[in-house]
Amino acid sequence: MATPEPSSEQLLALYERMLLIRRMEERLRADAAAGNLPGAVHLYIGQEAIATGVCARLRTSDMITSTHRGHGHFLAKGGEPKAMMAEIWGKRTGICKGMGGSMHVADFSKGILGANGIVGGGFAIATGAALASKLTHDERIAVAFFGDGAANQGVFMESLNVSSLWKLPLVLVCEHNQFSEFTPSADITSGEIVDRARAFKIPTSVVDGNDVVAVWQAAGEAVERARRGEGPSFIEAKTYRIQGHLEAEDLFLQGGKYREKAEIEEWRKRDPVERTRQRLLSGGAREETLKAIDTRIGATVEQAVEFAQASEPADPELALDLMFVGQKA
Amino acid sequence: MARKRYTHAINEALIEEMSRDPKVIVYGEDVELAIMGDTKGLLDKFGRERIRNTPICEATLTGMAVGAAAAGCRVVVHMMFSNFIYTGFDAIANQMAKLHLMTGGQAVMPITIIAAYGGGGSNAAQHSDSGYPVLVNLGGVNVAMPATPADAKGLLKTAIRGNNPTFFMEAIGRGGEQGEVPDGDFTIPFGKAATVREGKDVTIIAIGSMLKPALEAAKKLEASGIQAEVVDPRTLVPLDEEALVAAARKTGRVVVVDEARDRCSAASHIAAVLADKAFGHLKAPVKRVTVPNVCMPYAPNAERRMIPDADRIARTATEIARA
Repeated sequence: MATPEPSSEQLLALYERMLLIRRMEERLRADAAAGNLPGAVHLYIGQEAIATGVCARLRTSDMITSTHRGHGHFLAKGGEPKAMMAEIWGKRTGICKGMGGSMHVADFSKGILGANGIVGGGFAIATGAALASKLTHDERIAVAFFGDGAANQGVFMESLNVSSLWKLPLVLVCEHNQFSEFTPSADITSGEIVDRARAFKIPTSVVDGNDVVAVWQAAGEAVERARRGEGPSFIEAKTYRIQGHLEAEDLFLQGGKYREKAEIEEWRKRDPVERTRQRLLSGGAREETLKAIDTRIGATVEQAVEFAQASEPADPELALDLMFVGQKA
Repeated sequence: MARKRYTHAINEALIEEMSRDPKVIVYGEDVELAIMGDTKGLLDKFGRERIRNTPICEATLTGMAVGAAAAGCRVVVHMMFSNFIYTGFDAIANQMAKLHLMTGGQAVMPITIIAAYGGGGSNAAQHSDSGYPVLVNLGGVNVAMPATPADAKGLLKTAIRGNNPTFFMEAIGRGGEQGEVPDGDFTIPFGKAATVREGKDVTIIAIGSMLKPALEAAKKLEASGIQAEVVDPRTLVPLDEEALVAAARKTGRVVVVDEARDRCSAASHIAAVLADKAFGHLKAPVKRVTVPNVCMPYAPNAERRMIPDADRIARTATEIARA
């Protein structure tokens, strides 16, 4: 039986969430270029369909682990734009009180166990979260978002083994964005990543990661499988990293080059946000409706930035209190 | 009060805490058969939902502990030997020790990692490290160093009930040793040193496995007219600086004994604290009796040469007692 398509309301909601991520990232890109942000930002532009399509299938109590490119997952899972923006600006009102920053946005109350600065750092955490859910029979599931770069870490194999062996409620989502930092994936990856999951008898699907409907459909099946207690699933979503590994990467590259501009332009034609917009329009959505969404999101982003700018800087002394629970550093 | 073996005391603590709180789970390599002795009988009592053998994949075991704790379990991971902490170190150093801070206090990680340390069994260098100095340096993880069966039980119960990641370091040679263990439910707070022996001439601060040779040394010293005070910090993080400084001030002469390699050992940190906070009361330099900066060799005689023993401790104490 073919997986049903999202309803027009669902598709509109997917579009709105993708657009929120896009507009937040665009604003961060501008603020990074203007030198307003204290640390590096790794942007999710071009990959919005994946976090959005998967998280739309999750409950608030379900848990996700994310990557150093984690703003999209945070927002897709319901994280507050204001709290995220303030965190990236290094403010005490940030979701992590300014202690984590861009690469570590987390909201445990929404099951967002955090973006992670260690490539592949989320595999074992998601596996452990899935183990706890299984042991406590609480019906929560865990999702590990990771990139093609992380798939070359040994813990990927270990987590495939453990989660398949113990039938853990886990969904592994590989966002194949073609690059491991500044190296094309093909230069450093042997075989197909999906075959690694197949070796552990884990059900797999490979989808167009720039098609939110395809992601949403694959995720729906994987999430239900996990929820039914049938073990982990693996989704490989093929996509492309439109931005550099990080903003202002030219400073690091010093004239070096790892991809062609034409390639980026080719992938821009498959922009997941624009594709969804066209799909909505051809499905009868009105241009004004979509414009109104964009206006609303523009205001949300603006408010988030204003909130971040107006907030007090982080409290340095807090670090001494946060090394332990109830114990000084 | 009853005499119990060190391993038995740990086993009792695990059984009592698993019975007390259904959220406590235990996993690790070969824990079902209890190869290290301390998880004996848990499988029959609690079943494979609560205690389970894992594949040999320490990098994932430590990371899973973070995730399982985040999702509501109290996790006990058995790492066998402290050397295997190194294979699982990424999630320890980059996640477990840091996420409470990095998430602004959201991540709470009730995790206890059990690992046996030290030489003396001809296990060679990859199974004989005293891997705790690196843990002490990390910040964000507690380090418990029980020397006796009673402390093993009391500190393990505190670790499991606590909300911070804790390394519970088993003194590998202590497994078969006996000691008095109080009956009933008792815990030992972290950060409270124990004065194991009173003395006025020299203070011996002995860490974990070094308590036994330190007490033997104290007896030898007594025979030559030197009264040694012996203090056991019991936990290295948190460290009972107040008690150690007071013990240093009392005699003015201090030997710190540690089964770790000398460079950046727990002993060298304690010596630095005393130099800072007890300087005016010291009558002699603070001495360290530690393992030389070598990997533990295999041959029994070569191992004996490296691990601090009662003679070396007594000799060092005598030197400064007469200085």
